[in-house]
Amino acid sequence: MTQANPVTAALRNTWRGLTSMRTALMLLFLLAVAALPGALLPQHSLNPQRVRTYFEQHPTLAPVLDRLGFFDVFASPWFAAIYLLLFVSLVGCVVPRSIDYARQLRKPPVITPRNLARLPHHAHGETAVSAGEVIAATQRRLRGWRVAVRDEPGGVRTISAERGYLREAGNLVFHLALLGLLVAFAIGKLVGYQGQVIVLANGSQFCNSGPLAYDSFSPGRSVDGTALTPFCLQVNDFNATYLPTGEAEDFRAALLYQGPGDLTAGTWHPYQLRVNDPLRMGGTRVYLIGHGYAPQFTVTFPDGQQRSAAVQWAPVELGTMLSEGTTKFDPPGVTDDAVRRTRQLAITGLFAPTAAFRGSLLSSGFPALLDPAVAIDVLKGDLGNNSGRGQSIFSIDQSMVDSGRLKQVARSNLRPGEQLTLPDGTIVHFDGVTRFVSLQVSYDPAQPWVLAFAVLVLGGLGLSLAVKRRRFWARAAPGGPVGTVVELGGLARTEAAGYGEEFDRIVADLLPPGTARSPVPAGASETSREGR
Amino acid sequence: MPINPVLASYSDLAYGTALVLYLLAMVLHFVEYAAARVPTTALAATVAAGGDGSVATLASPAGVAPRATAARMGRSAVALTGLAALVHAASLALRGAAIGRVPWANMYEFISALCFVAVAGWLVTLYRQRRTATALPRLGGFVLLPVVVLMFLGGTVLYAQAAPLIPQLNSYWITIHVSAAIAATGILLVSGVASVLYLLATRTGARLGSRLPDSATLDRVAYRTAVVALPVWTFAIITGAIWAEAAWGRYWGWDPKETCALVAWVVYAGYLHARATAGWRGPWAAWINVAGFGVMLFNLFFINIVIAGFHSYAGI
Repeated sequence: MTQANPVTAALRNTWRGLTSMRTALMLLFLLAVAALPGALLPQHSLNPQRVRTYFEQHPTLAPVLDRLGFFDVFASPWFAAIYLLLFVSLVGCVVPRSIDYARQLRKPPVITPRNLARLPHHAHGETAVSAGEVIAATQRRLRGWRVAVRDEPGGVRTISAERGYLREAGNLVFHLALLGLLVAFAIGKLVGYQGQVIVLANGSQFCNSGPLAYDSFSPGRSVDGTALTPFCLQVNDFNATYLPTGEAEDFRAALLYQGPGDLTAGTWHPYQLRVNDPLRMGGTRVYLIGHGYAPQFTVTFPDGQQRSAAVQWAPVELGTMLSEGTTKFDPPGVTDDAVRRTRQLAITGLFAPTAAFRGSLLSSGFPALLDPAVAIDVLKGDLGNNSGRGQSIFSIDQSMVDSGRLKQVARSNLRPGEQLTLPDGTIVHFDGVTRFVSLQVSYDPAQPWVLAFAVLVLGGLGLSLAVKRRRFWARAAPGGPVGTVVELGGLARTEAAGYGEEFDRIVADLLPPGTARSPVPAGASETSREGR
Repeated sequence: MPINPVLASYSDLAYGTALVLYLLAMVLHFVEYAAARVPTTALAATVAAGGDGSVATLASPAGVAPRATAARMGRSAVALTGLAALVHAASLALRGAAIGRVPWANMYEFISALCFVAVAGWLVTLYRQRRTATALPRLGGFVLLPVVVLMFLGGTVLYAQAAPLIPQLNSYWITIHVSAAIAATGILLVSGVASVLYLLATRTGARLGSRLPDSATLDRVAYRTAVVALPVWTFAIITGAIWAEAAWGRYWGWDPKETCALVAWVVYAGYLHARATAGWRGPWAAWINVAGFGVMLFNLFFINIVIAGFHSYAGI
């Protein structure tokens, strides 16, 4: 470069600094350290409930950590900054190396050094055959090597050979594939989506019509929910088998589904959905991620009208499937909103698939549906579901109870078929239990690319660690008492593991034991020299 | 799949036997190590400092006899380690036969298998380096020490009865993914021990370091084992992602175990880079390798036991 202006000089120095190995190492180390809080602290994206608990336990620290992005580490700007810098540094390192490598591939192996005895691997011998024949034999022995034969003054012939170019190729593939992996990962996050939905296993259906069909939906940045893969499914049955210890053995849901191509024809296909075995329809996958019970109640209002509902209750003890929830009813035929809001009903309490009573306290003894029972409170009044606040389907709005607008009117333990009568004559009947499944729908069109790049990463890594780059030279000069003096030399350009042995084998082939030879002692061949 | 309690109890017996044999081999190795020939300068330092058990050996009149005894002890320690590894393999095989699947679905089984890989990896390293690093067998005690500690923890606090798989783990990926994780962790344990010893050996004047093989040998063992383990670890992460895609609906979700596995991977990548960078070779690189194994251990114990995540069922 000529007299550089200070700006370009500064830029160049920054670029050189960024692409140096030292910086890359620092960034790698920083990446490792920065990822750790993501494993140690609860994360919004994984478990918002635990983040809330953390806030309650550390009321002063948590808001500070939150502002710094510690509960969303992998979406935080500082984490992104580290890996982007790392990848810029990687590009800055890999691109020049690729160019250099392409040049090397076109160039013949380097010229034979004048003094082969100085190399870490060296042998020397004499033979009666001519220099030309020695070189020809060497060339035959070095099949698979890149070879260049050169003439030196005085009838001396030399051969230079190099092998193990795949090491650098593997190394470059590894680094470029890492880059590709990151890009594919990002694209997947951009255009993919995940949604969870609970479906009763009583023939209820779910159609992937839009985000509203889901209980929770997390779209990628470019997903607006208008172009989801159209499919429908119907959950006919759910079966769980348990060991006598209560440990689950197998879960399976019997589905019917219509893929994108079946909707107009109206054909349904059967499918057994199991854990570890999703239903795949093109790029859209459906997973069985949970299950539970939905107790069914029928309420007979004083005027004789009946309403039935089966609503999922949330399992609170996964080992025994003791569940907790609320089933809510609106009085039928009441048009006056004010009146309606004094007569709404909520059945709330516990459900046990295998009832175990301690006194009148209900708990569950086994996760399978052997002897179901509910322990319920019935509340009457204003449920608050037009208060403007969001409501959980699993619980009542406690503020309505606190303000006296929702009052407990009965409490009882019921088995299927049993009922209780409220003071106003309303009858609450526990009909039985329906099972529900919790399904997840995932869509990520970039996934095959991620896999392809991951395989390249692995392949590249394997090549770059297993292949050894090494050089071999031979010089045959007429002269000496027998006819031709042969000198052989070898140099491993990377960690020298094993080249000593390979070199010795080549020497033994080229200078058979009969010929006068003086290989260097074996100990010297382990001296390691590294490239890069 | 019904459990065979008889085979399971034989497996437990073999586990205990292997642990005792490892312990014996470790003691023999440490005695051998203590009696090993010390370079004269270090010898003077030991004697001047008043020394410990080693002084008695060194002060014995002939000076040759104890060395021969030590060498014998070393050979029998290696043989004992081999025997223990066989018993250990039997324990794993019996456990597998008892439950009708690969025996690595909980921490006890995982630790047992990874210790076996570490011992097997160590024996392979000894065999491959038998000509170039004759002082290497003496280090057996240092490799067996973490193995004995891990197996003791595994056999006591983390012990789990033989049981069938829960549905979430019941997939052929458990054979592929967990095997790779076990193999990588076991080999990296050997690598980590070699780097710790390297750091001791490069500390001049350290009494412990004076009997170690030269630091270049230790560095080479650490590097070569890491080079074998890193692709295996990469494979473990990739197959883990493939399994996660089939089980949890996404191939990568920053679950604590996933994150920690990636952190360990990044640290080991840093180790290989450091070892190829001027100014970072030597103690710096060795420290990174030790940190890498620290992350692996942290991932195995802390993440499984303390942090709730998708991998929690692999806990106790």
